[in-house]
Amino acid sequence: MKILVAVKRVIDYNVQVRVKEDGTGIVTENIKMSTNPPDDNAVEEAVKIKESGKATEVIAVTVGEEKAQETVRKALALGADRGIHIKVNGIVEPLTVAKILKKIVEKEQPQLVFMGKQAIDDDCNQTGQMLAALLNWSQATFASKVEIKDKTLEVIREVDEGLETLEVNIPSIVTCDLRLNEPRYASLPNIMKAKKKPIEQINADDLGIDIKPRINQIKVEEPPKRKSGIKVASVAELVQKLKNEAKVI
Amino acid sequence: MSVLLIAEHDNEKLKVFTLNAINAASQISKEIHVLVAGDNCEKVAKEVSTVPLVKKVLHSDSKNYKNYLAENLTPLIVKLAEKYSYIIASANTFGKNFMPRVAALLDISQVSDIIKVISPDTYVRPIYAGNAFATVKSSDSKKCITIRPTSFEPAPTTGGSALIEKVESIGIPNLSKFVKREETKSERPELGNARIVISGGRGLGSGDNFKLINAIADKLNAAVGASRAAVDAGYISNDHQVGQTGKVVVPDLYIAVGISGAIQHLAGMKESKIIVAINKDGEAPIFSIADYGLEADLFEALPQFLEELNKLNTIQK
Repeated sequence: MKILVAVKRVIDYNVQVRVKEDGTGIVTENIKMSTNPPDDNAVEEAVKIKESGKATEVIAVTVGEEKAQETVRKALALGADRGIHIKVNGIVEPLTVAKILKKIVEKEQPQLVFMGKQAIDDDCNQTGQMLAALLNWSQATFASKVEIKDKTLEVIREVDEGLETLEVNIPSIVTCDLRLNEPRYASLPNIMKAKKKPIEQINADDLGIDIKPRINQIKVEEPPKRKSGIKVASVAELVQKLKNEAKVI
Repeated sequence: MSVLLIAEHDNEKLKVFTLNAINAASQISKEIHVLVAGDNCEKVAKEVSTVPLVKKVLHSDSKNYKNYLAENLTPLIVKLAEKYSYIIASANTFGKNFMPRVAALLDISQVSDIIKVISPDTYVRPIYAGNAFATVKSSDSKKCITIRPTSFEPAPTTGGSALIEKVESIGIPNLSKFVKREETKSERPELGNARIVISGGRGLGSGDNFKLINAIADKLNAAVGASRAAVDAGYISNDHQVGQTGKVVVPDLYIAVGISGAIQHLAGMKESKIIVAINKDGEAPIFSIADYGLEADLFEALPQFLEELNKLNTIQK
């Protein structure tokens, strides 16, 4: 069984993002970039499945500009066997990514696709479900536990009410929650080895997909600032303020 | 230019966030039809029909719709969507699960998690964990939209008498099976719409110590939340998580205890009306957004807090 893992390059989760003064977007120059955090969980899960003998190959794929390749290289250092980089510049909407990934799935014929449940930049939470729809595959979103059965996956999903267990047919798309596993760190020898693993580059334009965005981002602005608060000296003062000043208790 | 809005329910009762979505949808179009798909869910269809903003209820019964599996609901929604300009649901784990599946089959670039309607095709949505607000305009002729429920008031529920139309269920692809759902039962208000929320973080040190939080929650009739760190550490179950990938809450009062205030946590609570932070680290980022900050050891402060609350003659419920 082959597993495809999709990874996205985003602004590092520890960076406090800043809005550009002209309102056209977010400042990305000289900003630390990393793999989208739940995509790391997706890589980890795929590699673990391969290590358990249930998969033969893990292919890491990304869609994005030249430097997006770094996220594939990291996945290779964590245990993926080879990489695919679909080159495209500018904003790529989840629907477009799903269409691109569908092409890759048709070419590579994996039985499972793993990816993070949401990217922490656009916070869309769409790509996995869209890919599942386009392939007419089952979907296991927000997964915090995955167990491979004979022809199905048993998946525990994190939902608003608590936890939900589903049995989904293979082939399937799994979108990963941060609690799915504890991603490993890449060791230095594995980072060196990853440099020799192949990454195939494909131009998105060559895939015959309309990649033009359908959503026009008119402006990006900072959210309204909260007015600065005060420090209280004691619990008694806090309760008094909540009761008499804020009038919330 | 009418709206097909997908109701969330448990086959017995409507989930309240559907009402928030209805209110948001009414800012896009006044012609709102609500799909109630479920198993023996006639009661829910009737409940929705009394919402004055709803013009028509589409009621579809099938055991295949009982547990709202995305694979099973999608063919029905896609078929019904032919006659509608807007497909709308709430941006919680219910709507997030099936809406992109619907959108992809309709070849629509979905707009997720909107917090404001500027015009029928232009909306505001938070990006980067709410650290920026993007105004976006959709150019698709048909639109798939999910709505952040806490950014809109719930629609009133009495006085309406919408027509209920029966809709035939349609074939399902048989791709997935529901096994079970473990719901956390609680006497306290639901986290998503509680007036007061008190949350604990890694500073609590153990699951057992959440009893200090629970005692205050009971006194204030508050819901209990948690940071991801607390959930990851196993102190409390995932349905309590507040943050970028957990729940977004906008209570009148949010009390953060032993939570340092990572960007990802702030994303889930910084729109709260009043924020209180209790933390022993005076430099913790949570203080920068708190209306009232108390630099103190929570193990001393929480029992004192309860004591002070007990001294009050009245507490708003």
